[in-house]
Amino acid sequence: MRVICTVNGVERSADDVWEGESLLYVLRERMGLPGSKNACEQGECGSCTVYLDGVAVCACLVAAGQAAGRDVVTVEGLADGEELHPVQRAFLDAGAVQCGFCTPGLVVAVHDLLEREAAPSDPEIREALAGNLCRCTGYEKILDAVRLAAARAREETP
Amino acid sequence: MEFLSPPTWADALAAKAARPDAVPLAGGTDVMVELNFRRRAPAALLDLTRVPELRAWREEDGLLRIGAGVSYARIMAELGGRLPGLARAARTVGSPQIRNRGTLGGNLGSASPAGDGHPPLLATGALVELASTRGVRRVPVAEFFTGPKQSVLSDDELIAAVLVPPAPGPQQFAKIGTRNAMVIAVASFALELRPEGSVGTGIGSAGPTPLRAPEAEAFAAAELPWASRGRLDPAVAERFGELVAAAASPIDDVRGTAAYRRRTLGVLARRTLTWAWSELCA
Ligand SMILES: Cc1cc2nc3c(=O)[nH]c(=O)nc-3n(C[C@H](O)[C@H](O)[C@H](O)COP(=O)(O)OP(=O)(O)OC[C@H]3O[C@@H](n4cnc5c(N)ncnc54)[C@H](O)[C@@H]3O)c2cc1C
Ligand code: FES
Ligand code: FES
Repeated sequence: MRVICTVNGVERSADDVWEGESLLYVLRERMGLPGSKNACEQGECGSCTVYLDGVAVCACLVAAGQAAGRDVVTVEGLADGEELHPVQRAFLDAGAVQCGFCTPGLVVAVHDLLEREAAPSDPEIREALAGNLCRCTGYEKILDAVRLAAARAREETP
Repeated sequence: MEFLSPPTWADALAAKAARPDAVPLAGGTDVMVELNFRRRAPAALLDLTRVPELRAWREEDGLLRIGAGVSYARIMAELGGRLPGLARAARTVGSPQIRNRGTLGGNLGSASPAGDGHPPLLATGALVELASTRGVRRVPVAEFFTGPKQSVLSDDELIAAVLVPPAPGPQQFAKIGTRNAMVIAVASFALELRPEGSVGTGIGSAGPTPLRAPEAEAFAAAELPWASRGRLDPAVAERFGELVAAAASPIDDVRGTAAYRRRTLGVLARRTLTWAWSELCA
């Protein structure tokens, strides 16, 4: 089947999509957007986190046909051209990126958290990121990155 | 495989009648895992996410009618005040991403004994509304489950909504797992205290279906100091826990042993009763 949806502000179309295929597969294999990662395909790791109509979801658990006509934003859609999004900048500056496989999903999840809560407490950060697994960092640097991104955003909008 | 995307509830019911083998698809947090791992190859998928009626909730004859497609995140955000037990249970489901997508209707559709939505629905005496082109029926949630992952839902039916009385008093939910997030319950327990002097219970993950604990309910109704609102006798809480544990029929599996589940349930029941009673008397 053909699936047409808006991805990062641009209308995109994919042909010959299998009816049981996930949005993640369509993004990575049919639309050339490999930012969202495929690690578990069962909602456990969060590395495929994208926005679907503004709501953060696991792209591996969305059927491609369910995304038809909807608005998808992937990690590729967060930066402003060559300018990294402040959440991405904070991940680099805090040393929260090691192998980097978990990073795109975490960046989207943190972006979502900070949209809802400008100054999250540590328990709020932990709860918001409970669905994103990282095998490298031990999470401390990721928490640092969230605090850094939040603090910088608050400095900019006093 | 076919992908059916009915835009209205009437179209969805007609599609299910025409294709009883079509698998309904809501948040996909159970169905897509099975498809991704090729554990299931249905002849058709019936996407329900475009049906507006399923995503709505409203008051109806003194009950809260929650569309089958309302997500856990929305239950937490929009119904926490009137259904604190269900909202507490919703908060323990998976991760934010799962709660943004997963629905109560999907939880019932999967009918897992471990589904976290079920104990609070049992404790509150909720009804499940099932619909087909033949008509509509309302089933008490205690009669909905017939076995592990089995329910009274027929091939041509869809789950329309659950109907839940707004909390008349304190409601609690507690769940045991290996982590505080992203866990299937090893055991779970939901409780409702009704100030006029009765108690509702729901047990999860400790039997072939989610269960009530009728003897524990009767005991608590008889023994709690409703009139005086006095202190909760620890012996009453203890006995309540024992009766809840006795109502379960758990098995040994990878997540825990039957003995551990029983012991845990006793503790969860005692604790939630203690919390709820102090809330009632506060
Ligand atoms: C990582 C992860 C963590 C999870 N953690 C938990 C947890 O902590 N607690 C818990 O209880 N569950 C958990 N689950 C399981 C799942 O999220 C829940 O069962 C959820 O409620 C399913 O809802 P859904 O809308 O995603 O259902 P779907 O996957 O879309 O559907 C589930 C089943 O219900 C049927 N169905 C859906 N809607 C209807 C309808 N309106 N009428 C008839 N049939 C219907 C489908 O055909 C299917 O059989 C988890 C899943 C994942 C992937
Ligand atoms: S790949 Fe989607 S959650 Fe792991
Ligand atoms: S940096 Fe390697 S998995 Fe997180």
